[in-house]
Amino acid sequence: MEHTIDHSAEKFEAKNEVMKVTIILSVLTIVELALGFLMYKMFPEPGFARNFIKGTIIILMLSKAYYIVAYFMHLGHEIKNLIMTIVVPLILFVWFIIAFLYDGHSFNVNRNTYDRYKNEKGQPHQMNPNAVEEKAEKPKSVE
Amino acid sequence: MSTTTVATDQKWWSGGRSPFNVEYGKLMMWYFLMSDAFTFGAFLISYGTIRFSSNGWPDANHVFQSFPFLGSGLPLLFVSLMTFILIVSSVTMVLAVKAGHERRKADVVKYLFWTIIGGIAFLSCQAWEWTHLHHEGAWWGSNPFPNADGSLSTTTNFSNFFFTITGFHGFHVFSGVIINIIMLIMTLTGVFEKRGHYLMIEKAGLYWHFVDLVWVFVFTCFYLV
Repeated sequence: MEHTIDHSAEKFEAKNEVMKVTIILSVLTIVELALGFLMYKMFPEPGFARNFIKGTIIILMLSKAYYIVAYFMHLGHEIKNLIMTIVVPLILFVWFIIAFLYDGHSFNVNRNTYDRYKNEKGQPHQMNPNAVEEKAEKPKSVE
Repeated sequence: MSTTTVATDQKWWSGGRSPFNVEYGKLMMWYFLMSDAFTFGAFLISYGTIRFSSNGWPDANHVFQSFPFLGSGLPLLFVSLMTFILIVSSVTMVLAVKAGHERRKADVVKYLFWTIIGGIAFLSCQAWEWTHLHHEGAWWGSNPFPNADGSLSTTTNFSNFFFTITGFHGFHVFSGVIINIIMLIMTLTGVFEKRGHYLMIEKAGLYWHFVDLVWVFVFTCFYLV
């Protein structure tokens, strides 16, 4: 953070930095895809493993966002005043995400508890994996 | 504390210069992108809220599993291609901005050209995917995909959010391509050369990277998680 005001260094580093960030972004994307594939192959049922992988993917997503904003959009090399004027308002997202997802979850719980007859027929009906396969094939036969 | 020390040493706020050390247009591009980030954030968070409030939701690996000429049963493959196209076009845009900084006109033209090609390739992929899903019966107000647990979906939320959010992102890519084409024409006609700087390319570049940035989030929220 302290050396963001230094503008002379940015010229030599620029070319290497582009290469480095490109490689980092590609590697992170490949890891994300590998995790997505792992989740599809190894953990088809909801559970801790799946949520853990999803959490990891979200952390990787945020680090990709950091590399794009800091290096490709060059925000990391701007002065602190500019960084702060952009980043500080974005802190609202912390509240935004927590509040709304919590609200969505509590809406689900409330409907399932007090308003069952109106609710979409979600979970309990067909839990056997064969049914999943059968239903999943359906769109293809329509085509 | 260190913030105030730096600010007083540099006298950023005592007038006579931009306290943000960038030109007006670039600062305003940053503010526009911040507001656009809130727009996309609102879309994605409403998607998350509805998904959290639903008992069932389609499995992305069953919905997005086709690749042109290779058939179906290939989850994640096509979207990986789209993601890499966008990352590569972002890299060529960085190189175009850098070439502009050093006033190498020929390189600016070359890299902008490749960026435009990347943008068009991404839009073509998206057009193919939308057409394919539309043939399967998905559209606004129509969702043929069963929930991940095998039960039939009783709402059309999944399709509505998918088409709205990827459509809004696709519209951004489209306008980004148009802006890049304008930049290419302006470079070729020597407007920036006459002006003595290529700062306009930097602003177009910021917009283009933002489009890539949004895709990082859309890709994760719809295809992976």
